[in-house]
Amino acid sequence: MYKIAVLGDYDSIYGFATLGLDTFPVTDPAEAVKKLHQLGSSEYAVIYMTEGLAAKIEHEIEKYKEQTLPAIILIPGVSGNTGKGIEGVKKSVEQAVGSDILFSN
Amino acid sequence: MANATSEKSRSDLELARRDLNAERKEVIELASTQVTPTRMELTKQKRKLQTATRGHKLLKDKRDELMRQFMELVRENMELRKKVEAGIKSANTNFVIAKAGMSEEILNVALMAPKQEVYLEVSKKNVMSVDTPVFEYKTRTADSNDIYSYGFAFTSSDLDGAVKSLADILPDMLLLAEREKACQLMASEIEKTRRRVNALEHVIIPQAQTNIKYITMKLDENERSTQIRLMKVKDMMLEEAHHYKEKQQA
Repeated sequence: MYKIAVLGDYDSIYGFATLGLDTFPVTDPAEAVKKLHQLGSSEYAVIYMTEGLAAKIEHEIEKYKEQTLPAIILIPGVSGNTGKGIEGVKKSVEQAVGSDILFSN
Repeated sequence: MANATSEKSRSDLELARRDLNAERKEVIELASTQVTPTRMELTKQKRKLQTATRGHKLLKDKRDELMRQFMELVRENMELRKKVEAGIKSANTNFVIAKAGMSEEILNVALMAPKQEVYLEVSKKNVMSVDTPVFEYKTRTADSNDIYSYGFAFTSSDLDGAVKSLADILPDMLLLAEREKACQLMASEIEKTRRRVNALEHVIIPQAQTNIKYITMKLDENERSTQIRLMKVKDMMLEEAHHYKEKQQA
């Protein structure tokens, strides 16, 4: 039985608690990295993370990219969409094809 | 006139010889990992070439199929992401409005003890040897109204709407998680496969080919020199037995 975690600043994620997801309000990058590793090695299959926070600890997220679990998925925070999530999708296209041929325009 | 022609043909011959020498040298140099020119090594190299060629074909097929599936998946991923991002954005707006309509304490109290819990059942789907996760979610209680973890007395209806809008996009969010993870895993697998295909195509296969060429040439050369040596030995032995030269002189 796996669970779902949400990481980010409190204002962006408190709503998810009502749905039954586990929310962990963090803003400090160092703390976020610690939390991420803690969650990554336990029973969480999906970790949603706000784009703002993810931008600060990008290289740590990269480590989980080749593992089947957990899936770290970026979501826009309350302060708006930074386009980081879409950029991530484009990046995988780039990695696979060599250049972004699908969404370059 | 005749002199000029013979001069020309001689220089042509010279050039041809130089070319031949250059080519020979190239072949020898290309056989970089000094192979011993033996018949056993030749068989080994031939087998290596065969395996590499077959592996190359298989990996190329794998790469093409992975790529085809990846393209489908990534398009879906992009659409889902756009949908989820728009959904979260509107949910966030709803929450801000809800928050504005009541005091912070009441909101905190209302959301403090969630009634609902979501669990994930994770199975794996094998897509061209890439293990991609498949999520199936279960809620602790079946009642969809259990997302409202508060009484309706002190909270505004805006909060209900906000919570509902977030609950509505949860299935899409999980689907997004599944697809995006699959995309990431497949992208790295494609990259790996592509590298392997390129390594086989541009390094291993040409190397085996030049090795084979080098060994064949060397073996042929050896055979010729043995032949000549035998002929020479035969000549000498005949000379020894019959003394042709002395007879001729006499």
